[in-house]
Amino acid sequence: MKKDPKDLAPSDSNSVDLDAEFHASNIKEVLDTLDRELIGLKPVKTRIRETAALLLVDRVRKKMDLTAGAPSLHMCFSGNPGTGKTTVALRMSEILHRLGYVREGHLVSVTRDDLVGQYIGHTAPKTKEVIKKAMGGVLFIDEAYYLYKPENERDYGAESIEILLQTMENNRDDLVVILAGYKDRMDMFFHSNPGMRSRIAHHIDFPDYSADELFEIANLMLKEQNYCFSSTGEAAFGEYIRLRMKMAHFANARSIRNALDRTRLRQANRLFAGAKKALSKADLMTIEAEDILASRVFLEGKSDGPSGTDEEAKKST
Amino acid sequence: MMTNLGNRITQGQFSFLPPLTDEQISAQIKYALKNGWAIGIEYTDDPHPRNTYWEMFGNPMFDLKDPAGILSEINDCRKTYSNYYIRVSAFNATRGVESPAMSFIVNRPKKEPGFAVVRQEAEGRSIRYTIHSYATDKPESERY
Repeated sequence: MKKDPKDLAPSDSNSVDLDAEFHASNIKEVLDTLDRELIGLKPVKTRIRETAALLLVDRVRKKMDLTAGAPSLHMCFSGNPGTGKTTVALRMSEILHRLGYVREGHLVSVTRDDLVGQYIGHTAPKTKEVIKKAMGGVLFIDEAYYLYKPENERDYGAESIEILLQTMENNRDDLVVILAGYKDRMDMFFHSNPGMRSRIAHHIDFPDYSADELFEIANLMLKEQNYCFSSTGEAAFGEYIRLRMKMAHFANARSIRNALDRTRLRQANRLFAGAKKALSKADLMTIEAEDILASRVFLEGKSDGPSGTDEEAKKST
Repeated sequence: MMTNLGNRITQGQFSFLPPLTDEQISAQIKYALKNGWAIGIEYTDDPHPRNTYWEMFGNPMFDLKDPAGILSEINDCRKTYSNYYIRVSAFNATRGVESPAMSFIVNRPKKEPGFAVVRQEAEGRSIRYTIHSYATDKPESERY
């Protein structure tokens, strides 16, 4: 039975406890881990909170017979390399699942290769198969701008986009599409595909991290791998971040991760070459200043790794 | 034929029940997916019970998580072959099993003319019986 909204004058019998609903959904837990494990990213977190709130309110509204169409939750994540786009997409599928927006809550991560075929008539079945796999969950299209190649008008990417658009519109309850890529190229992509732009309600920009945030990220990464900085090491790494940020091909958290990997290498080498053969647990865990100061960033003002750094900037999250 | 009015053919699961709704089909598919079976959609216009190998509509679907994709495929098949028999089968690929685990009809022709008994005079005074579908008097693809 459908009630006229006007009949629903606020009365006690009709009130719903939003707090109770909030606790029942376990969504707080997910949002808290998001806060804990993802440093910075203020606008992203705000948007996720807003989305969570909307879905929760929607659920409560449904209990009161105030029906509204399911909101469109297709998203676009744009930002520089290493700003955490993929990580957030993974979390997003979990959040949407908890809120009951998607049924299964799995993430199917694809790139151009998985969607676009190699010959005429190959693209449609390929794209459809991927879409079928993603139904009930989230379809994450990394580096989505590669789907559309403006210089080649016979490129099959356009066909794939067409099918995607159709599913995004018709199967809104069945899957959520998240596109991700670098800001400038994403803008170009949307410019040439206005249909795509209008079908995506949420455009979320991932800002670059500040030096302090990067340092916190480094600490978090080390903790996960059971390492820690010595006090001098901490200062040295702070300096490293400051220098590295000014250099070319800086890829935010990914550069930090690579730097830490190289630091671990040097730490292992130091322990191996050192005279002290009986190592304590603390020795094995601590990263000293000398492990960091040996980096080429300090020596020559260049980032280390002959080829590694170019690549880390090119690869997206 | 007390239990089967109107000559409906009864093959696979649920064929004595009224036609399944889309929700019921989804629920059945969900069960198959939960068991990790591959789902295939097949169609035919030859209702003979010994006609086991039906035409496949598209490829069998592996590694799916949600029935929505399969249901849309079923609806595509219904659109293309609206007056054919369409069945959904779930294949269990476990080594040593390798056989269909489920199979049920999701679409049938509007009018099913049923079967006739055909008697053949054999050696002596013996009679051989077989069944013959009225529908197969017409050539393929013009039957229903």
